[in-house]
Amino acid sequence: MNIGKWPALRQLTTNDPSGRGAAVKSARTEHLTPRTVQADSIAKSVCPYCAVGCGQNVFVRDKKVVHIEGDPDSPVSRGRLCPKGSASLQLTTGDARLYEVLYRRPHGTDWEAMDLDTAMDMVADRVIKTRREHWQWDQDGKRVRRTMGIASLGGATLDNEENYLMKKLYTAMGAIQIENQARI
Amino acid sequence: MGTSFGRGGATTFQQDLQNADCILIEGSNMAECHPVGFQWVMEAKARGATLIHVDPRYTRTSAVADMHVPIRAGSDIAFLGGIVNYVIGHDAYFHDYVVAFTNAPTIVSGDFVDTEDLDGVFSGLDAEQRSYDPSSWQYEGATVQASSGQREQEPDTRVAEQQGSPGSHSGEHQPSVSGSGRGTTHGSGGAPVPSSVERDETLQHPRCVFQIVKRHFSRYTPEMVEEICGIPQDLFLEVCRTVAENSGRERTTALAYAVGWTQHTVGAQYIRTAAILQLLLGNIGRPGGGILALRGHASIQGSTDIPTLYNLLPGYIPMPHAHRDEDLDMFIEGASTAKGYWGGMRSYLVSLLKAWWGPHATEANDYCFDYLPRLTGSHGTYETVMAQMDGGCKGYFVVGENPAVGSANAKMQRLGMANLDWLVVRDFSLIESATWWKDGPEIETGELATEDIGTEVFFFPAAAHTEKNGSFTNTQRMLQWHHAAVEPGGDARSDLWFYYHLGRRIRQKLAGSTDEMDRPLLELQWDYPTEGSVTEPSADAVLAEINGWDAEGRPLTSYEQLDEDGSTACGCWIYCGVYATGVNQASRRKPGREQSWVAPEWGWAWPANRRIIYNRASADRDGKPWSERKAYVWWDEDEAKWVGHDVPDFDPAKSPWHRPPAGATGAQALAGDDAFVMQGDGKAWLYVPAGLTDGPLPAHYEAQDSPFPNLLYPHQQRNPVRQVFSRRHNRYHPNPSQPGSDVFPYVLTTYRLTEHHTAGGMSRWLAYLSELQPEMFCEVSPELAAERGLEHNGWATVITARGAIEARVLVTDRMRPLTVQGRVLHQIGLPYHWGPNGYARGDAANELAGLSLDPNCHIQEVKAMTGDIRPGRRPRGAARVELVEEYIRRAGITADTGMEARGGR
Ligand code: SF4
Repeated sequence: MNIGKWPALRQLTTNDPSGRGAAVKSARTEHLTPRTVQADSIAKSVCPYCAVGCGQNVFVRDKKVVHIEGDPDSPVSRGRLCPKGSASLQLTTGDARLYEVLYRRPHGTDWEAMDLDTAMDMVADRVIKTRREHWQWDQDGKRVRRTMGIASLGGATLDNEENYLMKKLYTAMGAIQIENQARI
Repeated sequence: MGTSFGRGGATTFQQDLQNADCILIEGSNMAECHPVGFQWVMEAKARGATLIHVDPRYTRTSAVADMHVPIRAGSDIAFLGGIVNYVIGHDAYFHDYVVAFTNAPTIVSGDFVDTEDLDGVFSGLDAEQRSYDPSSWQYEGATVQASSGQREQEPDTRVAEQQGSPGSHSGEHQPSVSGSGRGTTHGSGGAPVPSSVERDETLQHPRCVFQIVKRHFSRYTPEMVEEICGIPQDLFLEVCRTVAENSGRERTTALAYAVGWTQHTVGAQYIRTAAILQLLLGNIGRPGGGILALRGHASIQGSTDIPTLYNLLPGYIPMPHAHRDEDLDMFIEGASTAKGYWGGMRSYLVSLLKAWWGPHATEANDYCFDYLPRLTGSHGTYETVMAQMDGGCKGYFVVGENPAVGSANAKMQRLGMANLDWLVVRDFSLIESATWWKDGPEIETGELATEDIGTEVFFFPAAAHTEKNGSFTNTQRMLQWHHAAVEPGGDARSDLWFYYHLGRRIRQKLAGSTDEMDRPLLELQWDYPTEGSVTEPSADAVLAEINGWDAEGRPLTSYEQLDEDGSTACGCWIYCGVYATGVNQASRRKPGREQSWVAPEWGWAWPANRRIIYNRASADRDGKPWSERKAYVWWDEDEAKWVGHDVPDFDPAKSPWHRPPAGATGAQALAGDDAFVMQGDGKAWLYVPAGLTDGPLPAHYEAQDSPFPNLLYPHQQRNPVRQVFSRRHNRYHPNPSQPGSDVFPYVLTTYRLTEHHTAGGMSRWLAYLSELQPEMFCEVSPELAAERGLEHNGWATVITARGAIEARVLVTDRMRPLTVQGRVLHQIGLPYHWGPNGYARGDAANELAGLSLDPNCHIQEVKAMTGDIRPGRRPRGAARVELVEEYIRRAGITADTGMEARGGR
């Protein structure tokens, strides 16, 4: 191999001391195009981890998310992402994500697969039953109009619109033990 | 912050940090936990600002700071109180600001007795009931209602919710409330017009707030700070000087904190002390000043604004408590303020009820006020867990949260879930909260057997942020819309989808029911348009409802348009304007470089797109900027309006010299210098006459588990009204002077890393992040390592009365032993991201934490605990439980240990 082509040497001899420019290109990378260029569309998004709220550009190709990077337009983040934000492609498309509903029956020793429709129906039935069994009109002579049988936890990683529907539905149900990470 | 300033949100925005002359970061490792926001700190530094980092550990934040101040975890009030004392004692406070905009001149009732004269507690304490009656804390001759915090509550209700005795939180048995004492905290019975508040602008009256604050903090001397916090006096005084010199007309200091402050039995008062300091220095509402709460979840601010919290309705309207025959009028009378924008409470609530129950909500039926379920005490997440263990709570939704490892006393979380009828978990992967019945720690120890657990578990895969439309509210109150890039695959669905379709199904199944209990569900406005192949409800339509509309269905532009006659509907009044002119303002994305540094056209911030709130205070009483250098919003005499770099947080046409007519109420009652427009007296509160459960002023109390006696109040060890729970799996450590306290000699403090996120549900399943931080570890100093024979890279077991965990040992100079009360104290750092599932595994630090809660916000204390550490891995199986029991025996711990309200040295 021609020593003159070694990246480390080129780095030093071609005005690219940090090795982030032409010096690290090879014949192969010369012909690669970035995923950002191949994308069909870009969705404007926001990092889902912490509350800094860094802007993200989500690149889509063939109806799949292929790349996520910082949005340089954001006045808060100015294009930067930390390790978590940079890993959000893996969060959204990684192999650890599940795509099917799982069910564990009472006293069961393992999961069973269940279709979404059946599971939704079963949960709706359980809400109705538990609510009825644990309904309270009064406590100590005072009207409370509620159920203490149903509780909920979570919300700080969700959208405002989701929190809104949760609070609205739970309140109409009479469930009050609704909590999220603000107290964790 | 709500009780001090009027709103529970950061007063400033991250980019504004660049304008600070000094930045004090305390209770936060911003460089590692909010790395991208930290660029604004570095911008300030590049412009010459001084950066001070106060933290038990030396971190990357400390590395770039001008000063790192190591502090004993749990002693921040003593430290900040010491600075308050310095600022007052050295006349370093911003006199004109303090007189104009705070309640410093206000005279307090002669009934109030401070900790100075009551051996470390305030007047009104009922030690038996573990609660304060706050009536003696009021202003002289006036009753003001708090703008946030504990409002719609009777003293006797509060009494009930503070009870920590065994069994008082069990199952269906809820603390009882009686009808007595009504109105004491309500400001009802004719809340006086604000002008009747007595003020002494010379600040000399012995009962004016300023003098009370001065006396209260006078014992927080540099010597005390050194003894309590372990901070040498010269270092402490340098901090005081730096902060004082960088505040005033020409200069401003910003203060940033994170959950390191809230997770204490005195958490709310930590933030109160910071607020007092920033107000005395005149740093609120001004550029480069303020208090920035750094939040850990993408929308934790949003989930408080539109609360998935038991005690609030959207926009910080309190959930109603059970009172005899309460109707809408009585509720409003009790919860609103006579003066300021909370005077509009009826409009906000009626508009919310119209958004929820539409045409069914009429004047004749109190706009369905009766459909709201009522509280009878504290129903927070920890009370709920105990109710689950005791059998009163049978169904549980866990949505994007992982309590089986992420909540304090993780064992109780799992035992609670093991006693449910059904559990729904919605997440990306099989987090510990979904699989504890199969492979949780109690299965290994034999405390639970899978076959015996009757809980039915449903796991629903969640959609990612790239697969749904919606808005997050970031740490600076700014809503940013994220657009769906693709549809979710398989059965993965958004939570919007889940709740919309669950509600639809329940309503379908109940259709035709004539049972009165079903009416709120059947009459609920629940028709949202759906779109796409998965029939996703339109998030845009939900945002439009949150924003609200008028009688003709036109989108509202401001909460000032809300009416109490039922003609407007609005799902969250503080978000009104986010859909102004029918445009989703949260999705605005004008590039930052094309607008001013305030960037008002990127996203939308509540309230009314203001980026620094209380910004009327950036100008003096006459509406002129305090200095050219710090000009932000000011009164333009020619145009007769407030102008500047931001939306004024003030009636734009109200002159600085305006005085309200006699008898005016609500916003009309605000004078031209009432810069804190949400407050019942228009002023920021150095002293809080109503709204807090544990005192009008912060006082240093030791943590529930502490190795040291309280030097400041020798007869009062801990917060007397903290919430404690004596339960088998929730034992506390002995008091520092009791035998057995030396069994747990070290201070434990939990924290997070850059590469992981909270309980790990969004990070431990990612190969990249797991590779960067592969397993649980603990940080110890070389001195502690030598003392206990711990080896770098080896294993250690950390033990408390609640649990035992193992961790890899990281021996590092970043943990510095402190000298506290004449002896060497070692602190142990514990990141809390781990659990047994995922790629990166380890024991959960929350196994060690007990439940002892701040009485105001019911947050658990995990930032300052005590424990023991020893070399080697923890025992397996039943031996793990035996180890903890052996420690409990050795320390002589009983059901009464650490439970006392008074005393407790
Ligand atoms: S990229 Fe990092 S700093 Fe930015 S929002 Fe995401 S987690 Fe926070």
